[in-house]
Amino acid sequence: MTVQLEYNRIVEALPQNLASSVIAIEDHGLIIQPERLTDIAAFLKVEPGMELDYLCSITGVDCINYFEIDYLLYSIKLNHRCTLKVRLADKSEPAVPSLAGLWLGAELQEREIFDLLGINFSGHPDMKRIFLWEGFPGHPLRKDYGHGC
Amino acid sequence: MEIGSGINSMDLDLHEGHVIEDLKNSAASALPEPSRWLDEEIERNIITTTVDKLLNWGRKTSLWTETSFTACCTFEFISTSSSRFDIARFGMEVLRSSPRHADLMITAGTLTWKMAPQIKRVYEQMAEPKWVIAMGACGISGGIFADSYAVVPGYNRILPVDVYIPGCPPRPEALLAGIELLRKKIEKRSIAKGN
Repeated sequence: MTVQLEYNRIVEALPQNLASSVIAIEDHGLIIQPERLTDIAAFLKVEPGMELDYLCSITGVDCINYFEIDYLLYSIKLNHRCTLKVRLADKSEPAVPSLAGLWLGAELQEREIFDLLGINFSGHPDMKRIFLWEGFPGHPLRKDYGHGC
Repeated sequence: MEIGSGINSMDLDLHEGHVIEDLKNSAASALPEPSRWLDEEIERNIITTTVDKLLNWGRKTSLWTETSFTACCTFEFISTSSSRFDIARFGMEVLRSSPRHADLMITAGTLTWKMAPQIKRVYEQMAEPKWVIAMGACGISGGIFADSYAVVPGYNRILPVDVYIPGCPPRPEALLAGIELLRKKIEKRSIAKGN
């Protein structure tokens, strides 16, 4: 069975300059600064003992006061997993670095979050809508989106 | 993003967006039932009455269905077309992948605005005479998704519908009852009277 990685172990393994960008350790994820997301993910992908080589899913959540993006990472080889989370307090122009350079599978999932929540993934190769059509007003998964035709 | 010689994928997306917006704007209200307007043209052009029965018999006993199934009602249709419910009894077992061969569109499932231009195009490619059965709550009115930003509130916004079958999804018996209604409707057609 897949084992949950101890978050304390991850923080200890991180080099000093990356460990300082960990904001908090919660039960269900490691909350990190958005600016260092790419560095931390690149480190965890190749570091012996971590080798989180598979990005299972990316989820965007509108938590009213901020946007949260959850990255669920697995290690196929070592059979463990962990969750990285970033929180974006700026709801007017939310932006986070893209992970499409590390895991190609991130590309479509980031476009989905861009489409439905309006979060911009900087460095993404093709940032545009995926489910809705060009010209659609607004981002429907935002809590303040007015539903109805 | 460049996807071919001089073709930008964003241009394609913008074009698609315009197509959907135009269709949405022209679909503000439901189209009338076809017998209100369809047969005027036939009335003007054909005068004989003696072949009515033969034509209607031929049409109602070989309704070939277009396979344009967008969501979960499809599985009730698959049950209906397989051996237990057996629509081969009505000469309908031939499911057509080409709209050019089809007489009947059964709208099995929720239709999104993103998919709507394609469904409308398939309908327009079907040869006359043609009929549409709106199957299930989504086909009739958008169902539980009627208020959604992404769902067409009823196929009759973009196609003229002949028979409505309620249910979420309708059981195969309900679909068969709807098909029976359509067969009765076809029996009443007259190329001379125009109804």
